[in-house]
Amino acid sequence: MKTRYTSLFVTLFVMVFMYLPIVMLVTQSFNSSRYGGKWNGFSLKWYEALFNDTSVVNAAVNTLIIAAVATAVSTVIGTCAAWVLHLYKKSKLQSAHYLLVFIPLGVPDILMGISLLLMFVSLGMNLGLLTVILAHITFCIGFVTFTVLARLQDFDFNIIHAAQDLGAGWGRIVWKILIPLLGPGIAAGAMMAFTLSMDDFVVTFFVGGPGSTTLPVKVYSMMKHGPPAIINALSVIFMALTFTAAIAGQFFTHKKY
Amino acid sequence: MKEKRHIGSGALSAPKLSECLLTAPSFIWLVAFFLIPSVLVFAIAFKSADSAGGISDTWTFDTLLNVVRADYLGVIWRTIWVSCLVTIICLLLAVPVAYWIAQQKKEYRYWLLLATIIPLWTNFLIRIFAWRVLLHPEGFLRRSLIFLGIIPEDVFLLNNIGSVIIVTVYTCLPFAILPIYAAAEKFNFALIEAARDLGASRFKAFRSIFLPGIKRGIFTAVLLVLIPAMGSYAIPDLVGGVDGELLGNKIATRVSSSRNLPEAAALAAMLALIITLPFIAMLFKQKRLVKYIVNIRRSAGDSTK
Repeated sequence: MKTRYTSLFVTLFVMVFMYLPIVMLVTQSFNSSRYGGKWNGFSLKWYEALFNDTSVVNAAVNTLIIAAVATAVSTVIGTCAAWVLHLYKKSKLQSAHYLLVFIPLGVPDILMGISLLLMFVSLGMNLGLLTVILAHITFCIGFVTFTVLARLQDFDFNIIHAAQDLGAGWGRIVWKILIPLLGPGIAAGAMMAFTLSMDDFVVTFFVGGPGSTTLPVKVYSMMKHGPPAIINALSVIFMALTFTAAIAGQFFTHKKY
Repeated sequence: MKEKRHIGSGALSAPKLSECLLTAPSFIWLVAFFLIPSVLVFAIAFKSADSAGGISDTWTFDTLLNVVRADYLGVIWRTIWVSCLVTIICLLLAVPVAYWIAQQKKEYRYWLLLATIIPLWTNFLIRIFAWRVLLHPEGFLRRSLIFLGIIPEDVFLLNNIGSVIIVTVYTCLPFAILPIYAAAEKFNFALIEAARDLGASRFKAFRSIFLPGIKRGIFTAVLLVLIPAMGSYAIPDLVGGVDGELLGNKIATRVSSSRNLPEAAALAAMLALIITLPFIAMLFKQKRLVKYIVNIRRSAGDSTK
């Protein structure tokens, strides 16, 4: 019986450990006291202050622009990559391709950030929205590819042959078979890319410039310099955003049948 | 091997045009924005900085020699032991959690697992910030620990190496739980019952049957925790203070405040090597080790049958 109790206690401890900071943060965001600690009554004033801060709103707009472009491009590129990787599994080109897609997933953000920064600087590019978008597409491709690849593993290619035998053209096959069957996988990949892009701090911090401040970068500079209470409120809004994207992702990936 | 491929893929000698066309976007993109920049890091490590904060044209070994100075070696050593300790703590927590969840009823497992990874959906910086709120000198945790007499008045929880370790464990833990759980879910718990029937204690059964059974999950977890921990930058920067600086901070400092890009490149190259070497050694060892363990288990299994 002993190990079972030990593992139960460890699990309970881990749950408390995982949720305690988040619960504290959410409660603090509604606390009217400036430095936390004591509870001075429920207040929405930090949320008000947040929406009146134009730099935060700008950062939010940047975050959404970058995430949208990076998601669109990396979803197209990643889906193509998954398709060839699955179709030509045994070719030599694809084993090299596989490594090239797979390795970036294991590289720490800081190395990806510094290597891209060095390249952009060597090329004499101005750091800004463009460099951030290029970097985000780079780290999203692998995640999209592997999400779509997982879906393709369950895909029965005989359906396509059957459709061709029955006289369907490629347009019809894409519209009637590929999009309905692979759509959820591609959507899950896109959601993943969107969440990763929206969440990224380290790479953006390295390759970004003055005009490309995203919400994570803004949160970082506020944590370093700004008043702490506004970040509480910003965090809660941010959390709500990521949760929505992640739940949508779960919805597409989780099989309901 | 070549012959085999020919038979397997219907005599494809050269890649087809459609294959090339579909491979091109991701292949070219990743060569341009991943492979070339990675090589560039190692190349720029042999350059020196110019006065304008850029990269000079001359080749030199000075930058590399500069990086193996004593104060950097201290930071490198700290980066290594901190990330190893973080990995060990994550494993010690993740294995019992995975063990427990895998034994629950099937319909609850998905939700329990989801519950452990939901905090992962919060932004990385916000999770760090939440810890700053929690560990703050006037915060709830320190106040209650002092009130309960667990820590004396002069102990601070924030801005030291301890807070770096706690917060890194916090951000990495889900990545340890997921692969270990994936392995534990496939584990046949009847084996533990069998070992118990044969007289093994619960702990002994756990150690000699369960742990070897989830070996692959543990290896994956080590890689998923150790590598990001080695490259961690934001955590030591925000909760570490002066004594909690890791290699990532040194790289970032060289990029921003005291700008010297070649030195940053040299440090990054060093970090890349530190990360790659144990990774390769592990893959090498793992084959032998796993084979060895499997053989022992197999003979043990045979003798118990």
